[in-house]
Amino acid sequence: MVEILFQRLLQAAAVMLAMSVLVFAGVYAIGNPIDVLIGPDATQAVRAEVIARYGLDLPLWRQYLGFLRRFLEGDFGRSFVYDLPVLDLILTRLPATLELTLTAVAVAVAAGVPLGMYAGYRPRSAAARAVMAASVVGVSVPTFWIGLILILVFAVWLGWLPAGGRGATVAVLGTEWSLLTLDGLAHLVLPALNLALFKLALMIRLARAGTLEIMLSDTVKFARAAGLSEWAVLRHHVLRLIAIPLVTVLGLEFASTVAFAVVTETIFSWPGLGKLIIDSITSLDRPVMVAYLILIALLFIVINLMVDLAYAALDPRLRRRRSAS
Amino acid sequence: MTADVALAVADLRTHFFTRAGVVKAVDGVSFTLRGGEVLGLVGESGSGKSITGFSILGLVDDPGRIVGGSIRYRGRELVGLRAAELRAVRGREIAMVFQDPMMTLNPMLAIGRQMDLALAAHGGRPAAARRARSVEILGRLGIPEPARRLAAYPHELSGGMRQRVAIACALLNRPSVIIADEPTTALDVSIQAQILREMTDLVRDTGVAMIWISHDLAVVSSVAQRVAVMYAGRIVEDGPVTAVLRGPRHPYTRGLLDSLPAQGRPGEPLAQIPGTTPSLLTRPAGCPFHPRCGRATEPCRTAEPERRADGEHGFRCHNPLPEAAP
Amino acid sequence: MTQAGPADSPLRRFVGEFSENKAALAALVVVAAIVLTAVFAPLVAPQDPYDLASLSLRDARRPPGYVGSGGYTHLLGTDAQGRDLLSAMLFGLRISLEMGLVAGGLALCIGTAAGITAAYLGGRLGGALMRVVDLQLSFPAILLAFVLSALLGQGKLQLIAALVVAQYAYVARTAHGAAAAERHKDYVAAALSTPLRGRTVLWRHILPNALPPVIVVASVQVAGAISLEATLSFLGVGLPPTEPSLGMLIANGFQYMLSGRYWISVFPGVALVVLVTAINVVGDQLRDQLNPRLRR
Repeated sequence: MVEILFQRLLQAAAVMLAMSVLVFAGVYAIGNPIDVLIGPDATQAVRAEVIARYGLDLPLWRQYLGFLRRFLEGDFGRSFVYDLPVLDLILTRLPATLELTLTAVAVAVAAGVPLGMYAGYRPRSAAARAVMAASVVGVSVPTFWIGLILILVFAVWLGWLPAGGRGATVAVLGTEWSLLTLDGLAHLVLPALNLALFKLALMIRLARAGTLEIMLSDTVKFARAAGLSEWAVLRHHVLRLIAIPLVTVLGLEFASTVAFAVVTETIFSWPGLGKLIIDSITSLDRPVMVAYLILIALLFIVINLMVDLAYAALDPRLRRRRSAS
Repeated sequence: MTADVALAVADLRTHFFTRAGVVKAVDGVSFTLRGGEVLGLVGESGSGKSITGFSILGLVDDPGRIVGGSIRYRGRELVGLRAAELRAVRGREIAMVFQDPMMTLNPMLAIGRQMDLALAAHGGRPAAARRARSVEILGRLGIPEPARRLAAYPHELSGGMRQRVAIACALLNRPSVIIADEPTTALDVSIQAQILREMTDLVRDTGVAMIWISHDLAVVSSVAQRVAVMYAGRIVEDGPVTAVLRGPRHPYTRGLLDSLPAQGRPGEPLAQIPGTTPSLLTRPAGCPFHPRCGRATEPCRTAEPERRADGEHGFRCHNPLPEAAP
Repeated sequence: MTQAGPADSPLRRFVGEFSENKAALAALVVVAAIVLTAVFAPLVAPQDPYDLASLSLRDARRPPGYVGSGGYTHLLGTDAQGRDLLSAMLFGLRISLEMGLVAGGLALCIGTAAGITAAYLGGRLGGALMRVVDLQLSFPAILLAFVLSALLGQGKLQLIAALVVAQYAYVARTAHGAAAAERHKDYVAAALSTPLRGRTVLWRHILPNALPPVIVVASVQVAGAISLEATLSFLGVGLPPTEPSLGMLIANGFQYMLSGRYWISVFPGVALVVLVTAINVVGDQLRDQLNPRLRR
């Protein structure tokens, strides 16, 4: 287990290194690096000072090493717009995004897996067909459009839920959470639902496909032949057998959920990372863009690592082989 | 051998309603299984022998359906039972063992857990008692350190061990009938012989009755007292093993016997039955075997032969082979 | 029916099986109808939405059914500039479809080339190529598109480039899978061992067999590209305001929605959703038909 972990960490470091080269190339080599470091309205003296400080007159490989060193020290520069260190800016926005994303993923799994399993269990039933039709719409309809409709129906027409913002929050361990207040929860419902719907449709389709296939397997036949109830077959055998592909996709999709949060946060004025990145793109606040990209890559690597560990926990075949080696 | 009838199947018909047409996988199968007896159900793949087994437990998958006939277990009709009633029969009264334990055991669950689920399905016993029963049955099937094995996963066991576990699962709830669908086919030859011996002992010791489904007449002859040969969804010959094997009356059975390597004429090529099993979508008129049969005459092409019996030895053939010479 | 070839030709059976699914058939009709309307938009639309002279602010933000100063009924209402919404949508549909088809088509070509090349080369080089594709696949496409369109700036070509980069990887993975499976079949191995040039084998054997699943994926990618374009344009990082695609129309109406003038955003959205869903339904059916594991 330790060996595997070590190997994965090494891989992760390699991917991060590759990512840093890409971002460096994309931002420093293609764009004008000075634009990244200082605002467009800076004076000539400031420019000269920055060029000297960041060694922009040095050969490219030395510039890269400098970029890497600052990056490792956590120095992502300052935001032009907010005039704050980028890292601080991101860390204050991160909890809101995590709260939104995690809630959405939880909703998608909690509703999607049972619905998908049902649709795979009784594929010909009217309910299953309805679920599948809804899921086709769910993967087809763009997230931003569903967001608009949710606002129109629940905020404008019915007036049940607020159209945007985060509502009242409570500070726990120094960060603010909406989940813990009634008002915050009311503000969370629509954006979380909006962000969840695509993943929900995806979970339904995956769970259905897996269930459909496994219901025909000898494992299920054998379990039925032993007299297990249909519920026990689904709960103990099928669920365990479809868990692995579900966890894989869920892990991969988590990073994309964080990315899609950009859309949802924009529509619902949710003060998270996504709102920050869109603002930084439109105002060309490049240090924020660079830091966001690196952060997403990091997040993505951490998640992949967690998926690998989850595999080991879920699949006895991997568990034993690894502990044996 | 007791005379009581454990299972009586009469005119069973299981059809599959596919896009291409109705596949009559089982079409008028009748046989009886007495208590403590092993009945061999023999046929090529596609003859309907496995579907017969699944039909008895009501485990025919869509688009298949039992369309007619009756299956009586100790006098009680199983066809048409409600799902919950049928479920109570499965595993508790009639259990089933499949061909490949690698495919039947759940790779994600420890075998102890899988056995526990099978026991819990028929309720009424505390967890500790279920565990004790699992250990007992594993030990009985010759699995060393059964208590420790409960924590093992299927992939950690050898092929023979896995099949013993699968058999143990089937025996857990002390059923009185076991349907064994080619339980030794996927195993090494040496293991096959062991499992065969163990299962014969088991039948003798527990008095359980068994239907042994196989394509291999040689295996069947070593475990079964009676044998039924299936062809194209029907039983074409049945009777005591010795009678059928020594003096087959149906040309198809003869063909099966001739293709056994055990007939031992070293150097000579094995005999083959010419042609292939007919598609069950377009069953030939008359006797379904006539296109492949050397003895076919005009009636064989038009009229389906009825079962004729010579004592306990029955066969469906217009031109049966002569009785075995003494 | 008699001379047209064997009645049970694979294509005919394919078409027959497809038309058995009524939903897919209906979706196909919808896609065809939308494409036709978009192509003939200048003939069908009641108004030329780009002709600023015909616009009047007096007609702005009027609800559906309003009879404007042009003397005709605005079936779907008017937008913030007093444009007939239906006309704006028909022209917006043209832009959206154009972006989707061009980006999807390019993604198809580039992805197929990359995937098949990787499969044909095999070994280290092919493996490395697919490693890049896999790495990119695991990175959210929408994010790539964001960053690229932010770096490249606004414009049709820039957006197409961003969409293609975000989407070619899906095609490449599918093409690679199909081609690699094909390459390991005996007949290709046999063809490769003859003096036939490798390139001939590639064109004659590997490509034709790998193409069907790739085309299915690409058709779904067209829907994806349309949807992605709309998303980017909605967020203001896609097309410039001079190219009012469906996404742009929706974005323009968003600010009026909270005050109850829903139609400016909702109708273009409905058009977008119907188009994308219809393409996906057709793609789903094709995929099911091509998937041998689901056949019984």
